[in-house]
Amino acid sequence: MAKLILCMESLVLKEIPLNKERMTIGRKPHNDIQIDNLAISGEHAVVVTILNDSFLEDLHSTNGTFINGHAVEKHFLQNGDVIELGKYRLKYVNEVPQQQAAPADFEKTMVLRPDMARQTASQIENKVMGDTQVGLKLPPGGAAVPPPAPAAQAPAVPRAAIQIVSGANVGKELELTKTLTTLGKPGVQVAVIARRPQGYFITHVEGANFPIVSGVTLTANKPHPLKDHDIIELAGVKMEFFLKA
Amino acid sequence: MDLSKALEVATLSDKGMVRSHNEDAVFADAAAGVVILADGMGGYNAGEVASGMTTALLSSELAKSFAAREPDSVEADGRRWAQVALATEIARTNAAIHQAAQSQPQYAGMGTTLVTAVFHDNAVTVAHIGDSRLYRLRGEEFGAITRDHSLLQEQIDSGVITPEQARHSQNKNLVTRALGIDPAVEPEIRDYDVRPGDIYLLCSDGLNDMVEDDEIAMTLQALSANLEVCAMQLVQMANDNGGRDNVSVILVRVKEAFPAPSRGGWWARFLAWFKLAR
Repeated sequence: MAKLILCMESLVLKEIPLNKERMTIGRKPHNDIQIDNLAISGEHAVVVTILNDSFLEDLHSTNGTFINGHAVEKHFLQNGDVIELGKYRLKYVNEVPQQQAAPADFEKTMVLRPDMARQTASQIENKVMGDTQVGLKLPPGGAAVPPPAPAAQAPAVPRAAIQIVSGANVGKELELTKTLTTLGKPGVQVAVIARRPQGYFITHVEGANFPIVSGVTLTANKPHPLKDHDIIELAGVKMEFFLKA
Repeated sequence: MDLSKALEVATLSDKGMVRSHNEDAVFADAAAGVVILADGMGGYNAGEVASGMTTALLSSELAKSFAAREPDSVEADGRRWAQVALATEIARTNAAIHQAAQSQPQYAGMGTTLVTAVFHDNAVTVAHIGDSRLYRLRGEEFGAITRDHSLLQEQIDSGVITPEQARHSQNKNLVTRALGIDPAVEPEIRDYDVRPGDIYLLCSDGLNDMVEDDEIAMTLQALSANLEVCAMQLVQMANDNGGRDNVSVILVRVKEAFPAPSRGGWWARFLAWFKLAR
């Protein structure tokens, strides 16, 4: 569950779990998060939480609400954002849990319905965890739907290029900067080089003749890995594939 | 009417890099002009049962419906038969899955998304439920034609969140409609015109959650000449980016116009062709 950490001058005052749909922040005692300081308006701001996402809204406060140094009226909170109200800081923490025993289960698609009450208790426990705001029951312990893990960072692929070694354009070089680079003449013979985390792969796309890579003719629909200094023969042109240092 | 001359189709479904099994199901029949993609959900293998029932039931029942009447024939209320048949058969499929889920404890709570397209008379009738999508590439223009039935899309529509912010949302994977969950379901069914050269992509969220739209567009443009390779490349890109979900794609390329033979004589067809060429 996401939380706010209230600090003043690097002193941590308290941790506030965002366990309600609306959490109001202000000087007056009826606020969920009361900050008794004259720089804070009576009703200063509100944090609205919808399942795993939280939004901050300034309630037309006198001194304004700042996030990471910028005045905001409405803001979609991201993990690590710092909300500044006068001398106070509220850090928004919404960490993606480390992958656990069954990582795949955490991202399964679920159905969200306003009439969940009709489902059996066990189904709710197993399948849908959420927030009363959309008409769902909070499971015991109040756990929200586990957020999806961030996309895996693709490892760096070495830079590579092809250089034409025969015909009219001898010496011309083409760096393979895109995910896909097509080579050849459309309607005659076309091949594609895909840049992947594992390296570069060439596949025949169209034409009766298949490209030849260092003496090996490609087979249909089968990507062929390219090695440094492979010679590609395609549509009557020879070119060399090479990795850039 | 046999559309195999007008349509080229490729399908591919993969369990991805993380999941232990594939809960997606795909069906394609170029001659009939029918493609179906379903992304199942539910415990154990119930998701596969729901998506598998959907493609099997819907494909066989639609085949019967369109054998009885051409999809482009017009009903008394002005709707095309394709729309009526889709609505009827989706309702029946939904009831069948729902009943199986109710009667067998191991299937309790199973459901599936659905996106299906029926091509007829230079048009396509699209039905969808949930967050499986239909995209179209027309010339340089690429975009989703369907609008997800998901919490995130509802938030975008109501202005709670911008599409840019939605990419960072932690609330993905929450659909607001699915087949088999309730006794009745409301599919979204619409007609669109079709032009020669169009490429249609039906996919499960395992593709569009892992691969940006402009990368998908670039792949379709680069590999339109070979749909098999194109489908392979799309699945591979999703897997190279983590492949956190099952990923399925159906590609349909429109090779030529396919006006209904019943509609007008050669002159009407010539005019229709002229309009398309323009």
